[in-house]
Amino acid sequence: MQGSWSRFNIVSLILGFAFLYLPIVLLVIFSFNESRLVTVWAGFSTRWYVSLFSNQGLLDAAWVTARVAFISATVATVLGTMAALALTRYTRFRGRLLFSGMVFAPLVMPEVITGLSLLLLFVAVNFDRGFATVTIAHITFSMCFVAVVVQSRLLTFDRSLEEAALDLGATPVKAFFQVTLPIILPAVVAGWMLAFTLSLDDLVIASFTSGPGATTLPMKIYSQVRLGVTPEINAVCTILIAIVTIGVITAAIVNKRREVQRLRDEQAARRL
Amino acid sequence: MKSLGSIRRSFAPWNDPAAKPYISFRGVTKRFGDFVAVDDLSLDIYEREFFALLGASGCGKTTLLRMLAGFEEPSSGQILLDGQDLCGIPPHKRPVNMMFQSYALFPHMTVEANIAFGLKQDGMPKPDIEKRVGEMLRLVKLEQFAKRKPHQLSGGQRQRVALARSIAKRPKVLLLDEPLGALDKKLREETQFELTDLQYELGMTFVIVTHDQEEAMTMADRIAIMDKGKVLQVATPAEIYEAPNSRYVADFVGSVNMFEGKVAERSAGSMRIADAGGALTIKADNTADVANGDTVWFAIRPEKLRVSSKRPADVPNAVEGEIWDIGYVGDMTIYHVKLDDGRIVKASTVNSQRVVEDPLTWHDRAWISFAADAGVVLIR
Ligand SMILES: Nc1ncnc2c1ncn2[C@@H]1O[C@H](COP(=O)(O)OP(=O)(O)OP(=O)(O)O)[C@@H](O)[C@H]1O
Ligand SMILES: [Mg+2]
Repeated sequence: MQGSWSRFNIVSLILGFAFLYLPIVLLVIFSFNESRLVTVWAGFSTRWYVSLFSNQGLLDAAWVTARVAFISATVATVLGTMAALALTRYTRFRGRLLFSGMVFAPLVMPEVITGLSLLLLFVAVNFDRGFATVTIAHITFSMCFVAVVVQSRLLTFDRSLEEAALDLGATPVKAFFQVTLPIILPAVVAGWMLAFTLSLDDLVIASFTSGPGATTLPMKIYSQVRLGVTPEINAVCTILIAIVTIGVITAAIVNKRREVQRLRDEQAARRL
Repeated sequence: MKSLGSIRRSFAPWNDPAAKPYISFRGVTKRFGDFVAVDDLSLDIYEREFFALLGASGCGKTTLLRMLAGFEEPSSGQILLDGQDLCGIPPHKRPVNMMFQSYALFPHMTVEANIAFGLKQDGMPKPDIEKRVGEMLRLVKLEQFAKRKPHQLSGGQRQRVALARSIAKRPKVLLLDEPLGALDKKLREETQFELTDLQYELGMTFVIVTHDQEEAMTMADRIAIMDKGKVLQVATPAEIYEAPNSRYVADFVGSVNMFEGKVAERSAGSMRIADAGGALTIKADNTADVANGDTVWFAIRPEKLRVSSKRPADVPNAVEGEIWDIGYVGDMTIYHVKLDDGRIVKASTVNSQRVVEDPLTWHDRAWISFAADAGVVLIR
């Protein structure tokens, strides 16, 4: 590397970032467009944001999405963490390979298939499609992502900590909540956030499993885009991007702070 | 605590046939897959005993403690605590606490909270917990570190927190897996002393694993020497040192000279051993059950040998060689004497005088001599 950047590196970096972010930047810019035509710039305005808040259909969809994402992320986190615990703890139980395969299969399963099979299931058991079915479907497919994140943390978790807790008289349940969970909590939270975002932007599975009165935001956006892109949609998307960005940056800052604090602690300890 | 020594000396329940062992391993085997970590081991430990496990790395010491604490179930055999079979009793229901070789401190809790953890599980009232934690911090000299997290401590400090945490509950049985290895000499000696005190005061039973022979010798009532999952000898420190029952034990504890030979002649209470190197015939006091022609080993500690420039009069055993190396350690001098067949014999002498006339020096001819009862005859 020799410290300085070669021209090739700079160009490839710019190209890469442009590829990633140019569409998003365009979308954000055009959400502030005065004109109704999405592709023609007619001056700065926030009128689409204002009109957004009087678009009851979009607001309802956003509310549905938020609830589905919150509930499904929470349940998926509980189930995914339990699956991860079972997979790392009982390494020798019969059928472990099958079980882990089954937990992780949805990771690579095409969404269409997941959605379709869930739909068939709901139809078969005569389950009215709506809010509950979308939520259940989201739990199913995001649980395995949580399991992956938590399991990778558990692999480096020192089991003797849990043994020490048991040794000191804690019941297995107390040992889990007082020792294991606090230590793996960052991974659990990360898993929750992953499940939450996955649910937020899922279109395919929601389309299969949703029913009347439970239209999620991605479904709503998609159906409106088919009638033509309006600047309102750009505004909704910009707000979504803002939420996700703020979330990611906050998580990064919190992490960084903790790291800095830890380094400072360690230095203080060494000085003594 | 001046009387501790004499009290300890009179403490010997293992010699009392009526005494009931507190902890009993009965034919315990532990396998990990095909590997046998503990091999058909039987061992009795008595109440209030300070029991040490010594052995090479990987011989199964930690595994033994883990079975007692309940983290591993024996593959076969039985472990009894106070007459009760421990099989199937989970760790949190055993009156046993363990200090882990890896410390296993809770990283998200302060030193204080780590020590208080076990007390809280018992539902001890808060003021009592605070008092006990204070005592423990004082014991391990970490008062000013109470609010620190484990990652803010040095290795030795962490070890002391682990020690304090395991003692805090005052369990009936305390298992210590190399509790003092990371401490400097002075701190280690102080802590050893405090531990023995505490153990005596509270009437606890200690099972300690250590790599430090001196530590085992000074602290323990009895020592078990382990090798490859088996116990070779269980005895008091003095017996282990002066009367090892096998070459492995003799060699493992302290330093020793080993003469291999064949029994040449036997009479009541003594025998002659023809040294395999041909350098000498050893006259040894012994009652071992051997026949003429059997291969035996005569083991003798360096300090039981005398080094002199002339052959002393009326000693039963003497052999000549050349001074090969001299190590001066202050209170002692260690001579390495090379016998004429090339073997090196170690002898140490106490430097009881400041000035020695005509001292032995490198490449001098010298005589090594020893009494008939100075060493032991080993048959395995
Ligand atoms: N969970 C396990 N799975 C497989 N083998 C194991 C397991 N635990 C221990 N062993 C093996 O059993 C043997 C005894 O291990 P143990 O930890 O008891 O040794 P140790 O005497 O405590 O050694 P050290 O003095 O190094 O601590 C070792 O060879 C180790 O590799
Ligand atoms: Mg060990």
